[in-house]
Amino acid sequence: MTPRTLYRRIVDAHTVRALGDAGQVLLYVDRQVLNEYTSPQAFAALHAAGRTVWRPAATIAVVDHVNPTTPERNAKTMVIADAERSLQVRMLAENCARHGIALYDMLDARQGIEHIVASEQGLVLPGMVMAAGDSHTTTHGAMGALGFGIGSSEIEHLLATQTLVYTVQQSMNVDVRGRLGFGVTAKDLVLELIRRIGADGATGHVIEYTGEAIRALGVEGRLTLCNMSVEAAARGAIVAPDDTLFQYLHGRARVPQGVLWEQAVAGWRQLRSDEGAMFERSVSLDASAIAPMVTWGTSPDQGATIEAAVPDPAQEGDATKRRSALRALEYMGLQPGQELDGLPISHAFIGSCTNSRIDDLRDAARVLRGRRVANGVRALVVPGSTQVRAQAEAEGIAQVFREAGFEWRQAGCSMCVAMNDDHLGPGDRCASSTNRNFEGRQGPGARTHLMSPAMVAAAAVTGALTDVRRLLPSDIAIPAQAGIREP
Amino acid sequence: MEPFRSLTGVAAALPMANLDTDQIMPKQYLRGVDRHTGLAEGFLHDLRFAAPGVPRTDFVLNRAPWTQAKILVTGPNYGCGSSREHAVWGMRQLGMGCVLGSSFGGIFADNCARNGVPAITLPLPEVERLMALAGDPLRCEMTVDLERQLIVTPGDGRTLHFAFDALKKDMLLKGLDAVGLTLQYAPEIRAFEQAHLRTQPWLA
Repeated sequence: MTPRTLYRRIVDAHTVRALGDAGQVLLYVDRQVLNEYTSPQAFAALHAAGRTVWRPAATIAVVDHVNPTTPERNAKTMVIADAERSLQVRMLAENCARHGIALYDMLDARQGIEHIVASEQGLVLPGMVMAAGDSHTTTHGAMGALGFGIGSSEIEHLLATQTLVYTVQQSMNVDVRGRLGFGVTAKDLVLELIRRIGADGATGHVIEYTGEAIRALGVEGRLTLCNMSVEAAARGAIVAPDDTLFQYLHGRARVPQGVLWEQAVAGWRQLRSDEGAMFERSVSLDASAIAPMVTWGTSPDQGATIEAAVPDPAQEGDATKRRSALRALEYMGLQPGQELDGLPISHAFIGSCTNSRIDDLRDAARVLRGRRVANGVRALVVPGSTQVRAQAEAEGIAQVFREAGFEWRQAGCSMCVAMNDDHLGPGDRCASSTNRNFEGRQGPGARTHLMSPAMVAAAAVTGALTDVRRLLPSDIAIPAQAGIREP
Repeated sequence: MEPFRSLTGVAAALPMANLDTDQIMPKQYLRGVDRHTGLAEGFLHDLRFAAPGVPRTDFVLNRAPWTQAKILVTGPNYGCGSSREHAVWGMRQLGMGCVLGSSFGGIFADNCARNGVPAITLPLPEVERLMALAGDPLRCEMTVDLERQLIVTPGDGRTLHFAFDALKKDMLLKGLDAVGLTLQYAPEIRAFEQAHLRTQPWLA
């Protein structure tokens, strides 16, 4: 048999049948997560056609996009004033009740951002196929699974049939040699990759990450990496499972226990690309050469190291990229040649499915300990889930954020996508641990600079974009799980 | 789904790279639970309007003849970003039924196919030629013939053959219900599922 990539092996293991000869298959999907804003239209179509849900136990539902993140959480604060958003949440509850789907609603102790909750609960296991009505479903590749985002029509298809009509993608290998340096995180790695290959660099491909730097990353760092791979247009991003992952999974709510666990791990150890498997594309990066990154533009590929200056669009040879850069600089209020280090900010935001897990909060807290948010900066931290929030409180991290002057809020997508009441105003400039610096993403006219949580913390306390390495204790020399490990 | 066979009309050029679905359908239009109405206004809202109800008169879709546009010629990676299908629903509600470009966001392209909209990928030089024609008020009319896989541009007298996925083409031409088609395989899916969960019981 021809050697296959891990991606192809997962696809083949989920192929119910080939459909025609143009490369499509009917793909069985093991898990789905629903949210409140992309699922109501799918249920409406399902009901209009008189159909039902194929396998309700394969699905969970989470309220995450429109819920408030007020610091207090109770039946009085978790009320949505906006009638339309409130209806979305109510319809999710009704649809879940009608079809017997588990719902983690706004007051549930398991509530949080769908992609944080799924891995935290052990919902997605190695070798699975996972789909959800959210583009950042690529996140789950960190579990040695295939995860990808779908639209509402596909959600309907999945609810009704537990399958998707799937176009098999090409395979791309991103090999990362060496180790990430002091103060450099998975976020910096993925921002460098996107800068290098472009926002459409992985179009039509599923990435498999390999190499020493990937093995050295903790699971939460891998989740960040796979999450943001979609910003390079990847249709999936996979890290082959290993002991680091098995340790992370063991004992989680939805993970098999006992004999079944032993059987499962034995099976999962076989999940890797075959020797000699061909990748249609390969990219190689040297982890040790990567520095902390920030974006200067309005596309995730418009990034640079914190040591760099804003590039001059006139030096860009490609006309389309030149026009994009010019428009981005105008929107961002920046001049070519301006230093990024020292650029004043008005807001700092730590949150999102990319960077709001416990390791992310620990990284930021290390920078914040004993420091205060600069005058004139509003700083928010929105933990990725209610469980992450509780853990951070138990570890004393919440106290570090509060003492530094951060707002310590409840879990949700919040100011990453600004679909609830958390948003920026026109001209606000935000250091943000999120995934998209698109025009208007965090609010109309708002200016977003993407970076790691530790870099956001550094910007919050200095009031300007700052190289976090200047603020870290010099005895922390080893790069980390998500980021920066204690010595 | 409405069948798509062929479409003739004014084409408008949107040359920007990486025009993301946050811009195509901003968040204030994501509050609904309905795919059928209310999204035309939201389509490319901040590019079309300086303030709610105040059109930007210099934006292509606000100028004749492109106020009548039925086809969009787009820059690379059009529709990247968020999975929101609202981006396609809004475009359809505003009267546009086909997009042509060098690359598309993958979820966006799939969403188009599920809403009777061909998203047609073409070589960059051809996109540049169509972009130039679309920018000329006297030559911007074109025909997209899905059945014969041709783009006919009277403006320069050319006919371009394009590649298109056979399965998606069949679905679009016939306006087929994908869920209904897949449910024909229900016994096969059930058999696959049982074997899948029996051999790997931890997946249940």
